[in-house]
Order: sequence, then C-alpha cells, then structure tokens
Amino acid sequence: MSITRRGFFKAVCATGAVLALGRELQASPSAGKGGIEYRGMLYDSTLCKGCHGCEFDCAEANGLPYPELGQDLPPIRTTSETQRTVVNTYSTSKGEVFVKVQCMHCNEPACVAACLTQAMFKSKAGPVIWREDKCMGCRYCMVSCPFNIPKFEYHSPNPKIIKCDLCYNRLKTGEIPACAANCPNEALFYGTRRQLIKEARRRIVENPTKYVDYLYGEDEAGGTCWLYLSPVKFEEIGMKTTIQKSSYPALTKGFLYSVPTIFVLFPALLLGMHQATKNDHQTKEE
Amino acid sequence: MTLEQENNTGWKFFLSELKPKGKLLTPFNIISVPIVLLGIVLIVIRFWKGIGAITNLTQEVPWGLWIGFDVVTGVAFAGGAYVVTFLVYILHMKKYYPIMRATVLNGFLAYVFYAGALLLDLGRPWNVINPIIGNNFGVSSVLFLVAWHFLLYMIAQLIEFSPAIAEWLGAKRIHKILSGMTIAAVIFGITLSTLHQSGLGALYLMAKEKIHPLWYSEFLPIMFFVSSIFAGLSMVIFEGSISHRVFFQQISEKNHRAQNTIIMGLAKICAGAMFAYFFLQILVFIHDKNWNFLDTPMGYWFMMEMIGFILLPMMLFYVSYRKGNITLIRIASILTMLGIILNRLNVTVIGFKWDAPIHYIPSWMEIVVTLTVIFTEIWIFRWVIRRMPVLSDAPSWAKNEH
Ligand code: SF4
Ligand code: SF4
Repeated sequence: MSITRRGFFKAVCATGAVLALGRELQASPSAGKGGIEYRGMLYDSTLCKGCHGCEFDCAEANGLPYPELGQDLPPIRTTSETQRTVVNTYSTSKGEVFVKVQCMHCNEPACVAACLTQAMFKSKAGPVIWREDKCMGCRYCMVSCPFNIPKFEYHSPNPKIIKCDLCYNRLKTGEIPACAANCPNEALFYGTRRQLIKEARRRIVENPTKYVDYLYGEDEAGGTCWLYLSPVKFEEIGMKTTIQKSSYPALTKGFLYSVPTIFVLFPALLLGMHQATKNDHQTKEE
Repeated sequence: MTLEQENNTGWKFFLSELKPKGKLLTPFNIISVPIVLLGIVLIVIRFWKGIGAITNLTQEVPWGLWIGFDVVTGVAFAGGAYVVTFLVYILHMKKYYPIMRATVLNGFLAYVFYAGALLLDLGRPWNVINPIIGNNFGVSSVLFLVAWHFLLYMIAQLIEFSPAIAEWLGAKRIHKILSGMTIAAVIFGITLSTLHQSGLGALYLMAKEKIHPLWYSEFLPIMFFVSSIFAGLSMVIFEGSISHRVFFQQISEKNHRAQNTIIMGLAKICAGAMFAYFFLQILVFIHDKNWNFLDTPMGYWFMMEMIGFILLPMMLFYVSYRKGNITLIRIASILTMLGIILNRLNVTVIGFKWDAPIHYIPSWMEIVVTLTVIFTEIWIFRWVIRRMPVLSDAPSWAKNEH
C-alpha cells in the first residue's frame, strides 16, 4: 500500500472538515443574518377588489408580457413562466374573495436550501431572489418549494426561473414593490415583518367579525414574509393548509449533519476492517 | 525506435483499437443503432428548442423520467460496485475477485452516463461548473452534496479500474503505481457511495407534501441506501449472466466454474439486505400510521411493490440459495430489479403529486433518449471488455504484483 495510514486519516479529516464548513442553515424568525429586519407584505383579501391591476404592474416592472384577461378567464390560475403573480377568485361562504398568489418569501426558504449554486438567494432584507449567472437550471428549487412557486421556461434554450423577487431592483433604489405601490384599494401593505404582524393583529382584534382569527404566513413553513388576512377559513380560499408549521430546510438537516461524521468514521472503520481481515487471512494461510 | 516512431505506433494502436471487434449485425446492434441515432437527433432538438420541446415535464412536476429513472434508478443499480469492492478489498473475500473488474467498470460507466444524463436535464448546463468552481457553493443543498459525490466517486472508480487500462496498454510502471492507489480509492469510494446513495433519497425530503405518504418518510435516505445494496447486486447477477454468455470466449475455465459459487454468495447477501429493507419498510409504515391509505388504489400499488417485488424475490433468493438453483436466482434478481425501478419511480414520478389533476407521463421522446443513454453505455462497456482484461485474466506480468 503506497499510502500511510496517518496520511490517509489526515486527508480524510481534511475532506470531512471542508464538507462540514458553513453547513448551518439560516434560522431566524423575523430577521436575517445581518440583524436587519425582514421586510414583507401584508395582503388583506377583504380589501382586494379583484381588479387584477397588480398583475399588470408586476408585468410592467419586470418586463413580462401583459396578462390576457378575457371574458373566459378561469377563476383560478397559477403563476407561470410569464406571470409572477396572479389574482384568483373564490366564491366562499362570505361571497367572492380575491386571493393574490406569488412567492411567499419564506424566512427559511426551501428553494434556497435546495439550490446548489446559491442562485436562489435570501437577501438580507428578506426578498428571495434568483440570480441568472449562477443558476444551472436543475429545477431542484421547484421540487422543493412547498408553495409550487418557481416556474421554468421549458421552451427556451436559455431558460430562466421565473418568480416574484419582491421587486428587488426597485427596493434597491428605495421604491416599494410595484404591486403595493399601485394598488388602488390598499390591499397590499409593505413593511417590516414585525410591523406587518402588529398591523394584522390590530385589524383582527378591531374587526373580529370581518376576519378569521388567523394570520396565514406567520408560522407556515417556519414563517413567511408575505402575510395573508382572510374573511373565511383559509381552506376556502385555496391556501395550502397542509404546509408544515416549521422550516422545510430543517427536514434535510439531520442528513446533512451526518455527512461529516460519516466522512470521518467510515474510512477509519473500513481501514480497520481491511487490516483485521487481512491478518485473518494471512494467519489462515500460514 | 525514435520517439516519433514510438508515437506513431501508439497512434496506430489506438486507431486500430477504436474499430469494433465483434460481429456488426447482431440483433442488439440492429435495434440499438437506429434508436441511438434518433436519440441524438432528439438531444439536438432539446438543446435548440428547450427541454419542453421533447419532454412532458410541467411546472408541477419538474423532474421526470430522466431524473427518476436515469439518475435515481441508474445510480441504485450501479451500487454493485461499492458492495463488491467492499467484499473483495475490505473483507478480503477473494472469491468475488473474478467479477470485481466488470462490476467496477459497469459502475463507472453507469455513473458517467446516468449522472451524465443529468446534464441533459439541466436547463442551463453551461453553469454546471458553478457549484464546482464556487460560484457559489450551495452547501446546504443535498443536490450539491450528491453532485460533488458523483464527481469524486467517478474519479475513485476510475482509479479502481485503472490497472486494467494499464494492462491493456502494457504500461508496467504506471500499473504498479495505480494498483497501489486501489485500496485508498476503495475506502473513499465506499464512503462516498454510502452518502450519495442515501443522498438521492434525501433529495426528496423537502418535497414532504408532494410525495404520497406511503412512499415519503423521513427515513428515505436509509431506505435508498439499504435498497441500493440489493439493487446493485441484482444488477451484478443479471449483468454477469449475460456477459458470461456474450463474452464466453474471454472467460477462463476456472472463472466460469467459479461463477456459480459467486452468484450463490451474492444471492445470500441480497436475501439478507432485502430482509432488513422489508423490516424497515414495515417499521416506517407502522411509525407513520399509514393504515388508512392501504385500502386505496395507491395502497394496492404499494402492497404490490412490497409483496410482489420485495418479499417474493427475497424468498426466491433464500430458497434458491438453499437449493443451489441458479436459474431461480436469476429470476429473483430480475424481479428485484423491477422492484427497484418501481420503487424509485413511485417516489420520484408516480407518487410525486399523485393527487394533482393532471399526471406527468413521459413522452416517447424522453424514453428514446433514456434508451440512447443506456445503449451507448452498453456499447462502451462492450468495447472495453473486448480489449481490456476485465472478464479475461490479467496478463501474467501484472499478476505477480498482487
Ligand atoms: S414560496 Fe417557494 S419560492 Fe418563495 S421563498 Fe418560499 S420556498 Fe422559495
Ligand atoms: S434551477 Fe437554478 S435556482 Fe433552482 S435550484 Fe437549480 S440552480 Fe438553483
């Protein structure tokens, strides 16, 4: 054998250490790594009149084609490779309710944990953004996102992942997201997550008959930066209620944490077995 | 001989070796050549018009046949390499040496091609180097781990196989160096295999609500690892029985006779691993309280997998081992392989978004591309076997070193 046992162990430990580095996952309820408070949006479905204006504002702000809203518009649509947001219509026990759909900007996003190039990226202030120069188009983010948000341009040789980035470029210049800036009914309220939660609570407390006593997004998937108020149970307006109330990336933590351990233990074990059985055979042969 | 002449003969040797050695008009060639040609055309279309041009993938089901079958199932079948190297090099069970090289070669090519199939599935394959060069390292991603492990494991397997290449080229000095590296490569390779075989299961951990509860559990990584043991060995048994027929003239009398005892040994290991796996499945089933799913169509499907493709082949392995019935072992190995295909597809495709109104069904073009990948792998496998001492014995100068 041309490699000494000590040298081998050293190499193995080094590998283990490298693989173990930086493995912690971000975990923070309302603020990111830099201690900056996450920003997000409060969507009050009792105020939304279903004008679909935000769909146009979003398309304009992000260079996407205007949505085609004909007479035969299906009441329920999903976001797509040409639409980062859609507004759906539900007929409920309290009449028609409109629900805006877009990326929830999770506090601990599954898509970010999934991304092997950090193309999906949780920025310090909260928006989860997608970076074209890094993405390799594996679509693991789509597999992992519990809300089915990232969309992929299947018919392009240079496909992009399409999803809401909370108008990251507008935020950088001090503007607020296009949808919130232009909503005529003040259904969208942009602010720090803490403010939003406080405001939502206030509305619920002051109008107990108007709202159900639940703030969607406060705990879903470990908390999201988008928060939803509703006049009816959230099942009725098509919001996913099977979403677990804790972090999705935590589901893979156990596995990922075991990696460095295995990298140190296994080679040692295997080498030990190799030596032990070798002697065994030699003694037998003698 | 001058250096130039030497180079010349080197080239001639290479060129002459490139030519096919066997008969050209075999049934296999007649079927595979047109499919591969068609597959190449489809691949060109895929890169020209986008993935959607030839696949049925949707926004709901972003990973289909190419990941679920080519990568996830293909890699499970390639698991034989780490199990056999474990037996031969770590436990010094010399009995399995005759099948070692073919298995490692098969494993190596499987990784190159099936993991390579991943490239076809990448929307932006030119960025595939990003997680390798650090633009950026997504270290919290299971896929990052799996991708790196694929890469490192391919290198480890190449090192494990390299003495055969050196023997083919008659490079004695290099042979000695390469043989010296084997054990380190084996140890490294087994460790990597443990992690990425289970890693393939871990990939789906975050898709918690998307996979049918009968197949999703937090133990997916362990399940994938344990099942890769018998998946790989069944493949070894299956591939071995075909190779022994096709490459009959390559194999020495001694190894031919040894083949049966080897297969028996593998059958025993398979039965054991399958027992452990079946037991695990039952534990998980009870732990997750899945009783109410049993009496549904998906429940019947699940029971068919468990009973028809785990329990049955497990018992067949056991019985045929006790009776020394090689044919029965082969049948059991085929059943096991079908079971693995079924299981991996159930997790990745059939049970994925099982409750969605529209189901993903692979297009014929996806299937042709998959066959292209498999056939090309077999071509290369055949090319190597006809040239290098894989099934045949190593030249005498190489043997003395062991
Ligand atoms: S909703 Fe989906 S895409 Fe948006 S941050 Fe959460 S996991 Fe990512
Ligand atoms: S498709 Fe792009 S953004 Fe999504 S996980 Fe893969 S590399 Fe990351």
